Amino acid sequence: MSKTLSRRQFVAATAAGSAVLISSPYIRTAYAAGKLTMGFWDHWVPGANNTCTALVNEWAEKEKVEVSIDYITSQGNKNLLTIAAEAQAKSGHDILAMPTWWPHAYADNIEPVNDIMEPLIKLNGDVNNTVKYLGKQGDKWLAVPATVGSQIKGPCSRIDLMKKLANIDVQAMYPAGSEPKADEWTNENFLKAAEACHKGGFPFGIGLGETTDSVDTAGAFFQSFGADLVDAKGNVTVKTDAVRQALDFYKRLMAFLPPDVTAWDDASNNKWLVSGRGALIMNPPSAWAVAKRDAPQIAEQCWTHGMPKGPKGRFAPFLPFLWTIWSFSKNKAAAKSLLVHLSQPDSVAKLVQASGGYDLPSFANLTKLKTWAEEGPPKGTLFSYPDPYHLQTLSIAASPAPPKIAQQIYAQATITKMCVRHFQGEPMEKTLSWAESECEGFMRS
Amino acid sequence: MVDVAIQPNRATRTGTRRRTSLRNALKRKSTAAFLMTLPLIILVAVLVIYPAFYSLHLAMLNKSMQRYVGLSNFTFLFTRETFWLVVKQSCIFAITAVIFKALIGFIVAHFVHNIPAKGQRKWRGMLLVPWVIPPAMSTLGWLWLFDPSYSAFNYTLSFFGIGPIPWTGDANWARFSVILVNVWYGMPFFMIMYLASLKSVPDQLYEAAAIDGANWWQRIWYVTLPMMRNIIAITTLFSLIVTFANFDIVRILTAGGPIDKTHIFATWAFKLGIESSDIPLGASVSLFMVPILAVAAIFILRDVNKRGNES
Repeated sequence: MSKTLSRRQFVAATAAGSAVLISSPYIRTAYAAGKLTMGFWDHWVPGANNTCTALVNEWAEKEKVEVSIDYITSQGNKNLLTIAAEAQAKSGHDILAMPTWWPHAYADNIEPVNDIMEPLIKLNGDVNNTVKYLGKQGDKWLAVPATVGSQIKGPCSRIDLMKKLANIDVQAMYPAGSEPKADEWTNENFLKAAEACHKGGFPFGIGLGETTDSVDTAGAFFQSFGADLVDAKGNVTVKTDAVRQALDFYKRLMAFLPPDVTAWDDASNNKWLVSGRGALIMNPPSAWAVAKRDAPQIAEQCWTHGMPKGPKGRFAPFLPFLWTIWSFSKNKAAAKSLLVHLSQPDSVAKLVQASGGYDLPSFANLTKLKTWAEEGPPKGTLFSYPDPYHLQTLSIAASPAPPKIAQQIYAQATITKMCVRHFQGEPMEKTLSWAESECEGFMRS
Repeated sequence: MVDVAIQPNRATRTGTRRRTSLRNALKRKSTAAFLMTLPLIILVAVLVIYPAFYSLHLAMLNKSMQRYVGLSNFTFLFTRETFWLVVKQSCIFAITAVIFKALIGFIVAHFVHNIPAKGQRKWRGMLLVPWVIPPAMSTLGWLWLFDPSYSAFNYTLSFFGIGPIPWTGDANWARFSVILVNVWYGMPFFMIMYLASLKSVPDQLYEAAAIDGANWWQRIWYVTLPMMRNIIAITTLFSLIVTFANFDIVRILTAGGPIDKTHIFATWAFKLGIESSDIPLGASVSLFMVPILAVAAIFILRDVNKRGNES
């Protein structure tokens, strides 16, 4: 028996069905607000990821969102490969933690976050200029500065060796709990200290390879001389007196460094400090944290402090991680809500605590958390790490060049290569011509 | 007219003919062979042909990947000093490493060939160890041996009053180090191929040569080498391709440093494409290997074919 449905019957059935659906009570399920996936930086501090997971779960519970977190290591640049692959596929995580230059590199695929950055700045204070430089394109905020993974790579000195060999009391210069008395801590005195420690058999461990630690340190020193390879407008400014001065400074410095620094990577300086062979390295407190575990007698003598002052000021290398939301994310509202939650002062304090003081918030009001004052031994060793009195210009190597050009200068380690070339005997002008040609090559769009 | 006459049964007959021809086609050995290799063909298409064309497509985009720029990326590279440095280094790296791998592999294969059959398996197994360890792992071991500040080699050499040698800090030593590790890793492949080839040389040829009064060198030159020529050519070609495309050893050991003096195509492509976010330029650099290897392949395979036809 065949039964046909008339047009009238179909319309009536559809209307009735719709009415039932509309009038039904809304049942809020466990994950009513959808799903959210995120790729966060895999922290090297044991347990730091757990605190981040707990904060995300706490938010997910409240907002009824199903969350999935991938912790992506930066070892072997796996995080960079993930970013490139997801940008190509236009698919992947909703939120991705990007290092330094990557928000600008993928700006076209990133959701603007002005609507959350402006309230966060009101809540936590302004962000430093490096965050603005890396996280903002014109008026468009591309990213929220992540507490997790952000770091200053300032000096970590041996208290005993600096006192004995260079006659510098780093604890008195950067006292825990009060403002630094570092007027005498200049590039020239830094050089004298490097020479004294070299003579004493404990050279400063500053790399001149092609990895970030080497590039960051060289970049900060260059900026302290006002030496920019490319200016903010994109003009090549290699052949200037400031660059010549910076190059000359580095040539003098390199004479007091270990002879193999041209081959150093980001682990070399850590090993240099932990093994007790050096009086100073430029690093976030990861080296000190490893020493605390593996060589406590060395850790007890470590003191993290500010950079020396050059003719154009005191510049400290700052490397932020930035949380971004892909424009192809399917749950942007939830993603923004989570980033706001992770940037609340309480959340930031928990993240800093979990990392043992390594992670740095970029907001001005969050640089005096108790973790940095209390961490030790020696107590107060990290007090000056977040630059609590804002006496340094937090900067990144190759700035103020437009970020897409600066990324090339940075990734290809043009600054450290210049230093090595000149130190190895290449005439200054030839080195400058080489660097100028390199920078011109970075201009392609 | 005939067609019109048989029209009513045409559909049925065509259908039957199709079924028959399909059955016949399936019965054919070549069809069965094709179907059995189809999964592999699909795999190659997905994992090799598609990425190859995709990288070609990428290499023709501008830096922000929004505009087609034709061959501009390639012409741009020609103007860069570092590019020519990389070309030179890739050639030095690949050619030197392949020559030493072939030479040492040939010598070691002879040694192993002359070991009595009973103990030979043990030696073959041991000599293959470098080749079976993932190179990323073994290179990490080498990295510790060459470590700038804590090199185990330098520690040992210090007992003889030598060093410290800047294994990865000086351009020439760094080049030596990456080539050494590549030779260490790739030599067993040559050894095992040459050993197989040596075993297939008929003993009668050596006996005849001995009767003719040939010495050791003459036996190698007039018997062994001509008999191994094809396998030497194929092995060299294969190794040249793999060595030119090497990434892990250089990346782990020197990352292209110091001052770019050990960069080869793959490591520089990674530096540009991934670390500098310039994927089109990185793709262009990696594609430069294709013409170089294609020329090498044409010459070597032409030679192999020629000798195949002669025999």
